Amino acid sequence: MSGAAALLSVDDLTKSYGGVHAVRGVSFKLAAGEILALIGPNGAGKSTCFDMLNGQRKPDRGRVQLLGQDITGQPPRRVWRLGVGRTFQITATFPTMTVRENVQVALVSYASQIFNLWRSTPDFQRDEADRLLALVGVEGYAERPCGELAYGDLKRLELAIALANQPKLLLMDEPTAGMAPRDRIELMRLTARIAREQSIGVLFTEHDMDVVFEHADRILVLNRGTLIAEGSPEDVRRDPQVRAIYLGEGLVYDARHQEGAGT
Amino acid sequence: MSFYVVQFLSGLASAAALFLVASGLSIIFGVTRIVNFAHGAFYMLGAYVAFSLTERLSGTLGFWGGIIAAAVIVALIGVLVEMLLLRRIYRSPELFQLLATFGLTLMVEDLAVLIWGPDDLLGRRAPGLRGAFDFFGQAIPTYDVLLMVLGPVVLGALWLLFHRTRWGVLVRAATQDRDMVAALGVNQKWLFTSVFALGVFLAALGGALQIPRDAVNHTMDLRIIVDVFVVVVIGGLGSITGAFVAAVLVSELNAFGILIFPKISIILVFLVMAVVLIVRPWGLFGKPEAAARQTPGLAVQPWRPLSSQARLAFVGVLILAAALPLLGSNYALIVGAEIAIFVIFAVSLHFLMSVGGMASFGHAAYFGLGAYGVAFLAKLAGLPMIACLLLGPLLGLFGAIVFGWFAVQLSGVYFAMLTLAFAQIVWSIAFQWVDVTGGDNGILGVWPAALVATPARFYWLALAITALSVVVLRVLVFSPFGYALRATRDSGLRSEAIGINSKRIQWTAFVIAGTFAALAGALFAYLKGSVFPDNAGIALSVDSLVMVLLGGVETVSGAVVGAIVYKALSIWLVSYTELSKLVMGAVIVLLVVMFPKGIVGTFDSLIESGRLSFLKRGSSRATQTEGAE
Repeated sequence: MSGAAALLSVDDLTKSYGGVHAVRGVSFKLAAGEILALIGPNGAGKSTCFDMLNGQRKPDRGRVQLLGQDITGQPPRRVWRLGVGRTFQITATFPTMTVRENVQVALVSYASQIFNLWRSTPDFQRDEADRLLALVGVEGYAERPCGELAYGDLKRLELAIALANQPKLLLMDEPTAGMAPRDRIELMRLTARIAREQSIGVLFTEHDMDVVFEHADRILVLNRGTLIAEGSPEDVRRDPQVRAIYLGEGLVYDARHQEGAGT
Repeated sequence: MSFYVVQFLSGLASAAALFLVASGLSIIFGVTRIVNFAHGAFYMLGAYVAFSLTERLSGTLGFWGGIIAAAVIVALIGVLVEMLLLRRIYRSPELFQLLATFGLTLMVEDLAVLIWGPDDLLGRRAPGLRGAFDFFGQAIPTYDVLLMVLGPVVLGALWLLFHRTRWGVLVRAATQDRDMVAALGVNQKWLFTSVFALGVFLAALGGALQIPRDAVNHTMDLRIIVDVFVVVVIGGLGSITGAFVAAVLVSELNAFGILIFPKISIILVFLVMAVVLIVRPWGLFGKPEAAARQTPGLAVQPWRPLSSQARLAFVGVLILAAALPLLGSNYALIVGAEIAIFVIFAVSLHFLMSVGGMASFGHAAYFGLGAYGVAFLAKLAGLPMIACLLLGPLLGLFGAIVFGWFAVQLSGVYFAMLTLAFAQIVWSIAFQWVDVTGGDNGILGVWPAALVATPARFYWLALAITALSVVVLRVLVFSPFGYALRATRDSGLRSEAIGINSKRIQWTAFVIAGTFAALAGALFAYLKGSVFPDNAGIALSVDSLVMVLLGGVETVSGAVVGAIVYKALSIWLVSYTELSKLVMGAVIVLLVVMFPKGIVGTFDSLIESGRLSFLKRGSSRATQTEGAE
């Protein structure tokens, strides 16, 4: 799974705040088309780790490579140009624009047209915008103000925005947080389908173990800033250290969902 | 050598008043998150009231009793202001709070003139402190020594108050998280009121203490508030220590700046402020500000391009406006041209403020630079009008490039205060650099070319340029650049995550808005035939904000309507009443409290809510598209 042609390669990533080691020596690889979950209890360093991958924060030490190119500490907008899309734990969209315009802005940026003073944006790559909206299933709301969308649809819209630059890698910070259970499953199935079809690598953090065990190809477990386990859902589920941390949380999954996991 | 020491000590003495006012502003901001523009007005009131008390009632209270009583009286006025006005706008956008407190400042200015008259008042010296120390042949007033000591004493007293009393602990807690303090059962209303009273007390004390040093007059409010804004930007808003350090720094820079650049001493303060902002954008002792509250103008309805009817309507209005010379007198045409010019000015600010989310409090800087640009080219270089109109605004463009770069590093109130300070720098240069700008006498004799010398022709010229500017700015709103700009306003996080360089986009918008403002200024110079420092003054900056606000921040048509109504109203007011500031201030306060959406916005809400339903059918599509008409 972590073959020679790794899409994302993270090496010895380290960050501390004051004397607190938020992330210490984290290394992993991610292949194209692979769905990798990063889990861990609150305060384990997931968000810090995530923010260092797309340039939101600068690591103290370590290296992040995308297709062999060093992107460590590059600002988010450069990382995006290199093909990394991102969704946020709390959705970040443009509330005063229509749903379609939200995607069009991303398309404008992808086409390096943001300093264009003349063209009409509402007509800019309209078909492509609609195609992306249809892909995530919100095409019916294209003309609606984005501020009026239900939260689940906002998450979908955010995914469409993140896909506008034809990314090689998607970083999704708690993609299903705050959603109803059925919406969670649907959104993750959608994400998984798109990732497989377009061979996009996905790295996501998640608290909902149902989501993690059903959709991740591989799981990284972070505790107190260090990776304590890594492997397939089965391996991770059996890991005694992980059990110790997650006792009474995700492991209930074992008994309840074993048979239904394949659907 | 001793001369420099004396200069240094004199700077320290000046720092006292600045520190008192700045610390009051900081304390109020820390808890209520309001930048109280009226703080300069309270400072001025402190001086006036102290003057009256020490002159008229010196027998009963004595000099020092009068000073303290003045500060207490003004603090009580502050309590009234807090309860009647501020409590209504604590949750409003920062811009509205700045505007409402500025409106208050205007009202206080006219009231002060009504009560105390327009002339400078010379207060009496402090008893027992009339003399001066001899310092190696240089005299240091004894009173200055008192002020030098007073600054650190007040700093210490405030520290004790905030660290050793229950009330102080609550205030510090509220500074960090006021909702949490409220949840713990503290009566927030009275906490806010008492904090405001303390802040006003400090400002009024600072004013009262100035009367033995300086004449009291009705312009001291704006003079101090600009210095105070510079102090809190350098020291960090919310930090009392920062206010002290920065007050000393700014006072010393002023004291020595006069020796180094006698003509344009303000430059030195500006340079220091620029360096501080580059190294520490939140000031020496400040903390990074939490995300700014949403800017006004977040329309619920997304903006849409104009429908063909709306376009026809625009052309129709334009044709009607162009017909004015057939009906109106020359006076009407001159007023018409002035209104047209202010439409450009308002629309340019609207672009920056509503589309870009950057509420500038110093937009007049670029208007003034454009006007001076034309004046220099016409008078000094002797260029023809067409060349001046094209090249003059370049001075505004250049100013916007320099100032804008610094300004976009900040947001929210910091942005507002910084732009105000920049505008004041432009004003000061125009005022102080007499050799080049003529100072207060301005530059006269900037006359238009013979071709457009009649009122009708000049009016047509102004109208044509205005129409063109409005169209260009509207095209920009819907261009990819305009969308990227709105994206940075809506969500900085998301903008950066889709590859948009927010700062560069905002900087470009700042330069575009500044250039259009400069174009308005250039036309204005030809309309008036002269250029004065007030073309870059605070009053004009606020005028532009009120125009946009009056019409409604959400729409371009709002800026146009606002400019027309406001300019017509103010021209009428100035010719019919002596108390134009009082009326205008009241209008601003009422507007912010009662009609924050402005004329066009209120009108739309009425249509939406069905109260004007008879208009609904005809204009339902217009409401959809009205967004940015």
